[in-house]
Amino acid sequence: MTITLTPVEQEMLDGKHGPAVAMSMRIITELGRVRGATQLIDVNSVHIDGCIFYGQAGLDFANKLIELGGKVTVPTTVNVGSIDLIHPNLILQNTDHEKFVARAGRELMEAYATLGCRQTWTCAPYQMDSRPAVGENIAWAESNAIVFANSVLGARTDRYGDFLDIASAITGKAPYAGLHLDHLRYGHVVLDCTALSQRVLDMDITYPILGYIGGHIAGTKNPVYVGLPSDVSEDNLKALGAAAASSGGVALFHVVGRTPEADTLEQALGTNTDAPVHKITSDDIANARAELSTATLDKLDAVSLGTPHASVDEIREAYNALIGGEAIHSDVDFYISTGRSVFAAAKEEGLVEALEALGVTFVLDTCTYVTSILRPNTRTVMTNSGKWAHYAPGNLGIDVVLATVSECVASARSGNVTWDRELFHG
Amino acid sequence: MDNSNAQSLTGFRATRGYGAGEVLKLDEPVSFWGGVGLDGSIIDVHHPQHTISVTGRVLVMNSGRGSSSGTYSFAELIRADLAPAAIVMTEPDAIVALGAMVAGEMYQKYIPILVVSESDYALIRNGQHAVVDAPVTAENGTLTLSLS
Repeated sequence: MTITLTPVEQEMLDGKHGPAVAMSMRIITELGRVRGATQLIDVNSVHIDGCIFYGQAGLDFANKLIELGGKVTVPTTVNVGSIDLIHPNLILQNTDHEKFVARAGRELMEAYATLGCRQTWTCAPYQMDSRPAVGENIAWAESNAIVFANSVLGARTDRYGDFLDIASAITGKAPYAGLHLDHLRYGHVVLDCTALSQRVLDMDITYPILGYIGGHIAGTKNPVYVGLPSDVSEDNLKALGAAAASSGGVALFHVVGRTPEADTLEQALGTNTDAPVHKITSDDIANARAELSTATLDKLDAVSLGTPHASVDEIREAYNALIGGEAIHSDVDFYISTGRSVFAAAKEEGLVEALEALGVTFVLDTCTYVTSILRPNTRTVMTNSGKWAHYAPGNLGIDVVLATVSECVASARSGNVTWDRELFHG
Repeated sequence: MDNSNAQSLTGFRATRGYGAGEVLKLDEPVSFWGGVGLDGSIIDVHHPQHTISVTGRVLVMNSGRGSSSGTYSFAELIRADLAPAAIVMTEPDAIVALGAMVAGEMYQKYIPILVVSESDYALIRNGQHAVVDAPVTAENGTLTLSLS
């Protein structure tokens, strides 16, 4: 299969728009060939994931684009990087490797700023001022941003990753393949949640767990949730999507009666009318939570909220849970990760100062599970994030308990891990 | 290679290049982010071939797996000369292919990725000597398996 290019696209590929555009077009058209695309599409925004440091190759690539005169031509946001540029001392630099990553990580973040990206440094670009509209083609990387944009906003992005992201930002183009196409956006498998009680559906913690289960069942296919409230909050959908993109490779889910392409089950499934149905019970929810919670020790070392980056509502919720009670135990670190724009809005409300006074540490520009922030002797961490619970044990070599915000706060006060194993029963 | 003792298979060229080595056929796919370490060995503790090195091998696995950061990590493995000599899959995986494309652009190090049919995939044996030849000028490439 070959890709038919417009005359302008052909000029871009031939180098008439400069060598950075030509290199980016070679990457996009080659990937398009592999994906079976027959044409390219224009994208209106890009979210970059290649700005977190995993080795010299990424830095060489970004610097090469700069050297060739590359600049982004569409609005481009950046994901978390390897360091907190606002609070650089939060990043541990005890070992040679940590020092190297801190230095090279900063260099990589600066390179993407030089290429013209907006310095957002957040995994939740959808919590910022401008959001893509229903049906709009975009090229977003970072799995939780991809799944939120497709599912909750109804915008269209395929699963893009490192390098293709900046190539799309420089050219404004992407292969016309995958989730840009109508027929690949239909649901493939139904998760029937109608057996869950109102009490279970009212708990925020249910949603990352539903995502975790959905990811296991759907893999890289599109799950359709039936029986969830029509007013599920965006924060809960964010947590669901992030977990589904971690336990599986979900890039699009539908919630019937809630998300834009799922007014009805029929609409969500489209031509996939014989999609298999999985019944979800409160036992499934309880079991999945137990599976994600690896901790065996009673002593708690840290709490981490804000994966994906906390919204203002979530920061307010943490404030409401922490204010007025006992202080956080002196052996427990309490982190909230968020982006700069949400942080500014929370500051405006007075939440930041108040939470810092209560002993909370805000982490900006990065996240507690991708870089060295937690103290070296940290063994057990509680989080309300299914994504954090999925990745942190492998990335950081720690144990985790997936918990409600109030369980996190109660445990942070006592210094002991406490969670209600009967939470989903009764 | 003596043709009488070799078997030649054709597959779709995902990326260009020429590579030869001993086949490492994986029981399940591995992710290049979190699954393969910076030294080229399989670090995913849940993987059946945990601790085996992919460096210099003709890596045979059904599909890709895991995070899109696998693109970056695969390009880094190629840069450090610790990548497989070639990869053979049954599904074209964008994450892995993109890593090979970028390493080709950056370092002129070309790791061929070939996509073969399920039935041809079943013919490939662990430990066989294999050559993958996927020139940029052709839509397809060849996998030659030594039978002796």
